[in-house]
Amino acid sequence: MIKVENVAKSFVLHNQGSAVIPVMDGAALTVAPGECVALIGASGAGKSTLMRMIYGNYTAQGGRIMVGDVDVASAAPRQILELRRNTLGYVSQFLRVVPRVPTLEVVAEPLRAVGMDSAAAEARARDLLSRLNIPERLWSLSPTTFSGGEQQRVNIARGFAFEYPAMLLDEPTASLDATNRAVVLDLIRTAKARGAAIVGIFHDEAARAEVCDREVDVSVFTPKAVA
Amino acid sequence: MTQDNPLLQVESLSKFYGHRIGCADVSFDLYPGEVMGIVGESGSGKSTLLNCLSGHLPPDQGRVMFDTRADGMRDTVTMSEPERRMLGRTDWAFVHQHARDGLRMNVSAGGNVGERLMAVGARHYGDIRGAAIDWLGRVEISEDRIDDRPRQFSGGMQQRLQIARNLVTGPRLVFMDEPTGGLDVSVQARLLDLLRGLVREMGLSAIVVTHDLAVVRLLAHRLMVMKDGYVVETGLTDQVLDDPQHGYTQLLVSSVLQV
Repeated sequence: MIKVENVAKSFVLHNQGSAVIPVMDGAALTVAPGECVALIGASGAGKSTLMRMIYGNYTAQGGRIMVGDVDVASAAPRQILELRRNTLGYVSQFLRVVPRVPTLEVVAEPLRAVGMDSAAAEARARDLLSRLNIPERLWSLSPTTFSGGEQQRVNIARGFAFEYPAMLLDEPTASLDATNRAVVLDLIRTAKARGAAIVGIFHDEAARAEVCDREVDVSVFTPKAVA
Repeated sequence: MTQDNPLLQVESLSKFYGHRIGCADVSFDLYPGEVMGIVGESGSGKSTLLNCLSGHLPPDQGRVMFDTRADGMRDTVTMSEPERRMLGRTDWAFVHQHARDGLRMNVSAGGNVGERLMAVGARHYGDIRGAAIDWLGRVEISEDRIDDRPRQFSGGMQQRLQIARNLVTGPRLVFMDEPTGGLDVSVQARLLDLLRGLVREMGLSAIVVTHDLAVVRLLAHRLMVMKDGYVVETGLTDQVLDDPQHGYTQLLVSSVLQV
């Protein structure tokens, strides 16, 4: 479902003396439906970078990134937009929302985007928010003023609302207490059971051990000159 | 959202002022439901480009192919003036930065909206008024203002009225020139929410010119960055803003103040 082949990435900072920062070379990864693969490596090794490249948020300077039939590294913007709507979900480390939109709406949005009717979308959103222990009185408020942990749970609710065949999870259990951590791991297990291919970054080793089938160390892809 | 046929196909569009470049060699495709942002600083050519695309300025070179439903892809640059005007009343809309440039200030709010319907053949007064009330409601202008003149409205309200006037005929492509420029921050925010919602509900395609990167991140799926008349970078909005490749884009992105 997800296949990263010989991917290279470097940043060129044109306004800072044209500094070239090679980050990755020969990156490779395969994830089958129903698998959860963990990206590991020291902070700064390129875990989030690789995840963003799979999502099409960062460019690749070489190689192929196949998600289903689409090569994200070379696809047209509209193909990636469609992929993100129907196929590839991404739960980033930080909640990024349009200000002033109520929490319920934030979570229901991905479902509306695929054409689900309002009532059904909201019902699913409510269900997820309840499972993630976000009090009902907060559902009509914008999540921008919530605590870090609450924001993370809203982020997760939004990420799991639609049943994507492929998912990218960046630190999904960070900032969570034991109860909510368990809920999230359960959501991941359910996604795997329905055949989702998942790539995850977990600093929490116990969480990683519970849901991940394999680990891929991204420091292996750090270019030799830099390592 | 994705269809095989682009709604708009722009090929090598250029406009010169003597030896000065207005915009040069701009090409892109726009698909139904896509919002394209055009950003750049003053003098980048973004407004010139928008005016050439929308038929307000004749370009010196290039084609702007639009998927007219009746006749397939037609080059709007070489269309006759009456044909282009008809397009401007039906399938296309233009939201000006200053609402007064896109409204009839001496006509009531309801009249501003209803006029557009009449221009495309609506005749029944009751239906027209009903549609006007409905649209004013969608842009959050209360029904009791329907007979007031736009002069009596605040800036934000005038802009919302301009949007209603433009969208009432159900256009497929909307051009916007700094739609939130000059408005107070809270008013801007409300307007952006409205635009986002309408774009999504109506499946509109839009081309939005702005110097404000935050507006573009919120509103646009794709982005073109312009400098000195040229498009220096283009791609998915989040990708261009998060992983800018061109030196100028990097400069723009790093210059934005954090709140």
